[in-house]
Amino acid sequence: MAEEQNKILEEVTGLEYKYGFVTNVETDTIPKGLNEDVIRLISAKKGEPDWLLEFRLKAFRHWQTMEMPQWAHLQIPEINYQDIIYYAAPKQKALLSSLDEVDPEIKATFDKLGIPLDEQKVLAGVAVDAVMDSTSVKTTFRETLAEQGIVFCSISEAIREHPDLVKKYLASVVPVTDNYFAALNSAVFSDGSFCYIPKGVRCPMELSTYFRINAANTGQFERTLIVADDDSYVSYLEGCTAPMRDENQLHAAVVEIVALENAEVKYSTVQNWYPGDKDGKGGIYNFVTKRGICKGRNSKISWTQVETGSAITWKYPSCILLGDNSYGEFYSVAVTNHHQQADTGTKMIHIGKNTKSRIVSKGISAGVSNNSYRGLVKVLKGADNARNFSQCDSLLLGDKCGAHTFPYLEVDNPTAIVEHEATTSKIGEDQIFYCNQRGLSTEDAVGLIINGYAKEVLNKLPMEFAVEAQKLLQISLEGSVG
Amino acid sequence: MSNKTIATPIREELINLYQNNLDLITRGSADILNQHRQEALKHFNLLDIPSQKNENYKYSKIEPLFNYEYEKYFAPKRIAFNVDDIFRCGIPELDTHLALVLNGFYLPKGEKLITLPNGLIFGSLAEAAVRFPNLVKDRYNSLAKNQTDGLVAMNTAFAQDGVFIYVPRNVVESKPIQIINLLMSDTNQMVQYRNLIVVEDGAQTNVLVCDHTLSPNRFLSNVVTEVFVGSNAQLEFVKMQNEHNDSAQLTHTYAHQQADSRLVTNVLSLHGGFIRNNLAVTLAGEGADAQLYGLYLTDRTQHTDNFTFIDHAVPNCTSNELYKGILDDQATGAFNGKIMVRRDAQKTQAYQSNNNLLLTADARMNTKPQLEIYADDVKCSHGATVGQLDMEALFYMRARGIGEREAKLLLMFGFAHDVIKRISIDTLRERIDDMVNKRLRGELSRCHNCPMHCC
Repeated sequence: MAEEQNKILEEVTGLEYKYGFVTNVETDTIPKGLNEDVIRLISAKKGEPDWLLEFRLKAFRHWQTMEMPQWAHLQIPEINYQDIIYYAAPKQKALLSSLDEVDPEIKATFDKLGIPLDEQKVLAGVAVDAVMDSTSVKTTFRETLAEQGIVFCSISEAIREHPDLVKKYLASVVPVTDNYFAALNSAVFSDGSFCYIPKGVRCPMELSTYFRINAANTGQFERTLIVADDDSYVSYLEGCTAPMRDENQLHAAVVEIVALENAEVKYSTVQNWYPGDKDGKGGIYNFVTKRGICKGRNSKISWTQVETGSAITWKYPSCILLGDNSYGEFYSVAVTNHHQQADTGTKMIHIGKNTKSRIVSKGISAGVSNNSYRGLVKVLKGADNARNFSQCDSLLLGDKCGAHTFPYLEVDNPTAIVEHEATTSKIGEDQIFYCNQRGLSTEDAVGLIINGYAKEVLNKLPMEFAVEAQKLLQISLEGSVG
Repeated sequence: MSNKTIATPIREELINLYQNNLDLITRGSADILNQHRQEALKHFNLLDIPSQKNENYKYSKIEPLFNYEYEKYFAPKRIAFNVDDIFRCGIPELDTHLALVLNGFYLPKGEKLITLPNGLIFGSLAEAAVRFPNLVKDRYNSLAKNQTDGLVAMNTAFAQDGVFIYVPRNVVESKPIQIINLLMSDTNQMVQYRNLIVVEDGAQTNVLVCDHTLSPNRFLSNVVTEVFVGSNAQLEFVKMQNEHNDSAQLTHTYAHQQADSRLVTNVLSLHGGFIRNNLAVTLAGEGADAQLYGLYLTDRTQHTDNFTFIDHAVPNCTSNELYKGILDDQATGAFNGKIMVRRDAQKTQAYQSNNNLLLTADARMNTKPQLEIYADDVKCSHGATVGQLDMEALFYMRARGIGEREAKLLLMFGFAHDVIKRISIDTLRERIDDMVNKRLRGELSRCHNCPMHCC
């Protein structure tokens, strides 16, 4: 039995990260290093207005005064910020107006990743903004969306065409001085997605951004800004992959969401950056700041994330519940295997009255990985009748991994009800035995149980993503049975 | 984080105090205690008084406590009061072996060290270090974490005396040992003392610690207690904190458990301006079991911070933790519980729960229950709640003709009793039930409950 399990284990851990290929496309890169000149160069390359350059420089100057945060339960090797290329873009000759003009190599890449760049694929029903090495390659379905007044484009384009909107909301949720990585991102961000849903519009399709790191030695710093005006609704998806490389690559993104009165934003992520090989070599450092603000009454922001990739993850999608009756949600499945490390969770800041939040976090650790949940629920003095429920479960597969829970509950209002529950366990032998007895192999039984365990979160994902996430879970974990 | 080299005035002041009085400090103590001072002072110099930047002290401001003028003295000061008065008023019907500590020094009622017929020894730690060096030497300062906590290092540098309890192999002592810590002075006072409790293999005992202030001056106590529980041994450790609102108490308790031992701690904070309790338990032998309970009832501007750490170092151990608090007026509270399950500490079972009631808009609670787990075959869970009285339960009682105030009191009392009921000594439990009941009714003034009724 044990031998058989070991065999399965070897077989499946041998599974390669299937998105690890490199695309041969000419890239426009700038030299390594970070200083004010580099920032001016990035800004000039993108033809940005002066206010944005000032914004970047201000962020950079502040970043220089900051120290890398050490509080997370992570072992982060020293990062040499001068050894990173801060701008790499697939070479393009002119602005694209139709799909035919996209470099066939790039198109092939996204085809390989299964991303519907082709506008013909109306059935897929997803509008995509594809970002490769920090530059938006192609945004689909723009015209269809524009009919309803929805703006969905790369952030560089938005800066050119909708400067007022960008100016108004950029860094309004994550200030440039917020934290070390947010400041770095504000200084060097190269592209990202921008989305604006006008008043009363229910976005007819899922909006999606697909991030891809391709060039070597580069860092990816994209910036996403989503604004949902009064009474609007949008569901937004994000996916990411990277080639397999022996060196570590840095990904420091910022995502900001603004939900105005009665608006609802649903943000789903399937994070599948290259996690490094099974000896822990290579992989992406994923240090991301994601935050949404429920600015108006009755607004709602929901974060759903499936985290399977990255060598190191440092990520806390948060909700500031400012408007009365606003609602924040956080659903997360974080899987770590081999030498991966994850310190992830959320912050729910209750400011308005009758604000509610719900946190469901499922951690799964295998191999010699460490997986931490870190979350803050803060109820401010004026947040009467605030309500929070948090549930954090951890599952340990193997005796060399670690699962940790660090919740912070800060309550400053007597009418608030805040609850936190957490459990840590492994899959019961009796559960496996039950499945074995009914003819399921141990491997299948574990898959089944884990799927059931993560169901509560996976159910929150849009259909296409849920299927992908389920497959990912299997790839990331199969073979961890032992 | 960063190694600041500029000494804060407090640190400088304390280090000067130490150096100027080194002669007095060592003369008033014992060699075994003196050996550790220099090293501890070095640690203190590096660590300083913890600030809120220290993650472990995030929710408690320690530094301002040191901003007052305190008198510190390094030899027992005679204070005129009748010791017999104190002995007479214990907890009614509770027959105990009494050990008295006055301002950090053991106050003998005759012998400095008492040996019972069954071999149990209790009394002054400084005296024990001289008379029974073999019992003290290897244990003293072996658990305290001088390297990580500036307050502990400070205690090791300054502490001269305290209580020593030794329960020999297989001795079962059914009469509890009661330590009464009294603070009484006509000036503001800072005291630092040290306790050592050793329960040898197969032995059993109960220890009850009561903290009282007898004069209205400002007090700051910084106390370290080291507890050794041998194989198959059992110790129940009840601590009742009942000091006035101008006092500050910093306690650090370190317990070390051998195989199949059992430790029950119960920390009841009824009154006290500022309380910070550090409690660290290491389960170092298989089959060990630790039960940690705590209750804090705070009002006005009091602050109570319980910081617990349970270290499951070996397989097959169990721990259970329950802390409950009721916060009234502008009171603030913090709870930090950490369960660490080391690699290979399989079959661990650990439960942790922290429940809080906030009664007013100004009360505030911060709670941080944490799990750090490196073994897979374990069952660990924790939960934390912050809320208010259950309106439905209240309505149920109101509908049955119980007045609103009475109904609320009943609910609060029921909430608190959950912790009190874990105390195994019947008379003590009843007495504490009664005290908590009075405390919730507001009938318990800061000294009323004190067995001495002195002011």
